[in-house]
This record gives sequence, structure tokens and C-alpha cells, in this order.
Amino acid sequence: MKLKTSLVATFALALSLPAFAQKAVEAPGGKFVKEAEQMFRTSFRADNPKYWMTRLEQDDTMKTCLQYRDNPPRPIGQKLERQNAATIRYPVDGKLIGDWKEGEKLAAVGTGGHIGFIQPDPAGRVRGGNCYACHELAKKEVAYGTIGPSLHHFGKIRGNAEEIVKYAYDKIYNSNAFTACTNMPRFGLHSWLTPEQITHIVAFLVDPESPVNKD
Amino acid sequence: MFHRFIRTLASAALLGAFASPALAQDSKVADELAKYREALADGNPADLLEVKGEGLWSEKRGPKKASLEQCDLGLGPGKLEGAYASLPRYFKDTGKVMDVESRLVHCMVTLQGFTVAEATKNWYSRPGTESDIEALVTFIGAKSNGKPINVPATHPEEAKMAKMGEYIFYRRSGPQDFSCSICHGQEGKRIRLQELGNLTTKDGAGTAMKTWPSYRVSQGAVWTMQRRLIDCMRQARWPEPNYLADSIIALETYLQKTATGTVMETPGIKR
Ligand code: HEC
Ligand code: HEC
Repeated sequence: MKLKTSLVATFALALSLPAFAQKAVEAPGGKFVKEAEQMFRTSFRADNPKYWMTRLEQDDTMKTCLQYRDNPPRPIGQKLERQNAATIRYPVDGKLIGDWKEGEKLAAVGTGGHIGFIQPDPAGRVRGGNCYACHELAKKEVAYGTIGPSLHHFGKIRGNAEEIVKYAYDKIYNSNAFTACTNMPRFGLHSWLTPEQITHIVAFLVDPESPVNKD
Repeated sequence: MFHRFIRTLASAALLGAFASPALAQDSKVADELAKYREALADGNPADLLEVKGEGLWSEKRGPKKASLEQCDLGLGPGKLEGAYASLPRYFKDTGKVMDVESRLVHCMVTLQGFTVAEATKNWYSRPGTESDIEALVTFIGAKSNGKPINVPATHPEEAKMAKMGEYIFYRRSGPQDFSCSICHGQEGKRIRLQELGNLTTKDGAGTAMKTWPSYRVSQGAVWTMQRRLIDCMRQARWPEPNYLADSIIALETYLQKTATGTVMETPGIKR
């Protein structure tokens, strides 16, 4: 759907003057952007530790996506995609396919990273990829979300050639390398998952023995 | 209250019928549904809280031994019918855009003489600790039942708050790159099995906003909109905002403005 919208947007852009197309959708907040940012930043409890507060910082990608409501004009999207692609790092041994059984566990874990005073994750709580929040993967897990496309039979359909494996790794490491302003998090960029953990999830997606591809 | 009970029952039955084929295999979800049925056997548990809130409203309390009956929620002192549905709004006496909770606290302070700290100490309930604010907001909300949400945000301060809420809605940050929009900006999506409406349309925002405050079966408690939004910020992996923070009121203004025209059906009942 995202792709479709951005195709339509590109088309619209090509038809109209670029300056006009950019004016068509006002940035969220309109003329109050600066004040809104200030107000948001000062809305948090004073006892939030500093290292929690750094989570409110925005990189170029986040700022640009906000400005365009996650639908940047194609040239700007492409620039972001290049920037994000440049961040991708690989495991030292260069192996991109790990253990699918580890990957299966990581894909299912949705906890980790919740902060605050009311209901934070307990210290040391495992942090997972939470892939099922947004994707269908193994058939037997019926509690999957639909924010992202189904990845059931990912390897069965796409195979496990080198470029597919690399694509899966890169996509998980930094989703915005392919689709600027996608709803999918950038797991590697934020060190949410380590390169090794990502190789396990890649195995879960592409290994013929993985339940993603079995039934 | 009886009508509402029937309506709640009907919508729960619908939900059950819609969800059951996929859910049959998932025992956790089946448990949740069992809890739903249990909760519904006696009507929406929020109805009890509504009664408690009604009592608290007229009880003389606080250092000034006064009731809240003269509290002005925007339609004049003591005027409750439709007040919740037309909040947040700009108040001349404080020079601020206030939501139902910040205005209620304002009344507890000015009329009853509580300090802000006293009034907000138990702004949400925990096992073993009840929340007067939850009860009062449930009562005030129910007084808007059948009334359309009416937050046109025509006053410049309200218009500004709605815009600032829109800004926060799309603002991405944190280790998961989340914004409100990534979970609530599209039609017909779910996260795991929870359905997420599109809060950027009148329909989507209306379906959500008309049912608050809501009894949450999984939490065994009524949640106010402040509680809901503060928890969504937790889900976004952001730090914790202050209770009654302007950014929450801005989001509420944006959502209520978008939902304007939708008829209230509160208290709701949710997963
Ligand atoms: C919050 C939502 C969300 C989460 C969590 C998420 N994704 Fe995604 N994912 C998406 C969306 C939306 C897309 C489609 C848009 C795009 O390509 O970026 C997508 C696309 C993908 C694709 C590309 C599919 C294709 O057809 O090329 C892969 C592979 C993928 N996700 C894997 C994962 C894995 C593995 C995880 C867990 C580690 C994960 N995703 C977690 C939302 C999410
Ligand atoms: C990571 C996902 C996620 C993010 C980010 C998120 N929410 Fe939510 N939101 C949820 C879930 C899950 C629910 C509960 C849905 C249910 O109970 O069925 C919810 C419920 C809500 C509701 C009540 C909807 C209803 O129908 O009753 C509102 C309003 C809401 N969120 C607003 C927001 C706002 C505003 C933000 C940003 C500050 C936000 N959410 C961020 C996941 C999220």
C-alpha cells in the first residue's frame, strides 16, 4: 500500500511543479511546529533519567518523515534511503544466516524497551524483534498483526540466494534503506538487535526447515 | 444504565462472533474472552464507578468542605449534560485549553481546597487503591451519553492546541521509530490481534473517542483518556509524560476535533 501511495505521489509530482506539490500537504503542526516541539519536550516528568530523555531526539530521517507525514517526495525519499543504507553493519564473520530456532524466539518476543514509572519492563527483560506485532510468519502463530505484509513462506517464495539473504538482513538492520518512512523500525541502527541476532531472524525467514516455510 | 448494558452486551457478542474462528486456537485470547463474559455478566463494571462518581460529585469534601456541584466544565457551573463531549476547550479563567481531567482537578483545587498533589495522587487506580478521578470522570462522561462530540476548536487557542496535537501525532522518535501515526494512521490494521482504528479520520477517531472513559478487561479498571494516551507513549518506548501535560491535552484536542459529530456511548468496555 505504501508503495502504491508513493507511486501515486511520484506521478503527481511529475505532473505538477515540484514547488506546488510540496505546498499541497501542510507539515503537521502548521505554523506552530516550533512551539509544539517545545511543548512536547517539556511535557515529560522531571524525574525521567537523562538517558531516557535522549529517546526523544530525532535524526534526519525521523524529522523528514514527520514533515511529510511519512510520504516524502521521491527525490527526498531516495536521499533518505541512501543515508540509511550507509549505516548497515555486518557480523564480523560475515555469515548472514544464523540459527532459525533462535530467530523464531526473537521474532515472538514483544517485550523490552518499555520505560516510565507506571509499567516499565523489569530490568534485564529480554528484548525481541516483535515481528509478530506487524507480520504473519509461522502459520501456527495466529496472533499476528497486519501493519506489515505477511512474511509466511518468505523463503519458499523468494528462495535463499545470496541477494535475498542480504536483502532480508539489510531490511531488518535498517528498513529505511529500501522504503523511506516505512512503519517498520530500524532494528540494527538503534542497536535494538545485534547483528548476530539479526542473522538468526534471517535464518527464521529463509531456512527451508523454518516453520515460516514448512507449513 | 440498562440500555447501555444491552448495547455493551450486543457489541461484545458481535466481537465474539467476528473473532472466534481465528481465536479458537489461541488460549490466551480465549482467556481474555472468558474474562469479557465474566465482566459482562454483571453489566459494564464501569457502571458501578459511575455511581461512585455521582456520589463524589455532590459530597462535601476537602479543606473547604465543598462539593463539586458548582464546577464549571465549560457549559456553566454545575452544567454536566454534554460537557465531556465538548472538551477540551479554552477557559477564560485560567487562560488555558483544558481537558476534562485538568478541569476537574482545577475544581478540586479551587472549590474544595485540595492541593494539586492531593487531587492527583491517585489519578489512576492500582490493585487495592481506588481513584476518585476515574470515578468522577466516568460519571461526567456518562452525562454526555447520546450527545455528539463537539470540539470544533474555533477559539484561536483551541485551534492552536489541535495543530500542536497533530504535530505530536506524526512525530517519530525512540528506538522503534514510532509515532502515533504508525499504529493509528491507516485503515483496518491490527497489532497482534488488537484492532487499531485510523485516528486521522472522523470515523476512526469517532469510533475511538466516543467510548471513553472505558473499562479495560485486561486491566480490571476504568481508564481515562489521559491514562490511555500516557500508556500509548509507553508503548512507543518514550519517557513518561506528566499527568495533565499539555502535550496530552493537545493530542486530545486534535482527536476530539477529528471525532466531532460522533455520538458518545460511554463508559465503553475494551480488551
Ligand atoms: C511496527 C511494525 C513492524 C515491525 C515490528 C516489523 N515490521 Fe517488517 N515491515 C513492516 C512494514 C509496514 C513493511 C512494509 C513496508 C516496507 O517494506 O518497509 C515491512 C516489511 C518487511 C519486509 C520486506 C517484505 C518484502 O516483501 O520485501 C521484511 C523482510 C520484514 N518486514 C521483516 C521483519 C522482521 C523480521 C521483523 C522483526 C524483527 C519485522 N519486520 C518487524 C512493519 C513492521
Ligand atoms: C506501538 C503501538 C502504538 C503506538 C505507537 C501508539 N498506540 Fe495508541 N493504541 C495502541 C494499542 C495496542 C491500543 C489498544 C487497542 C485496543 O484496546 O484494542 C491503542 C489505543 C489507543 C486509543 C484508544 C482507541 C480506541 O478505539 O479506544 C487511542 C485514542 C490511542 N491509542 C491514541 C494514540 C496516540 C495519540 C498515540 C501517540 C502518542 C498512540 N496511540 C501511540 C498501540 C499504539
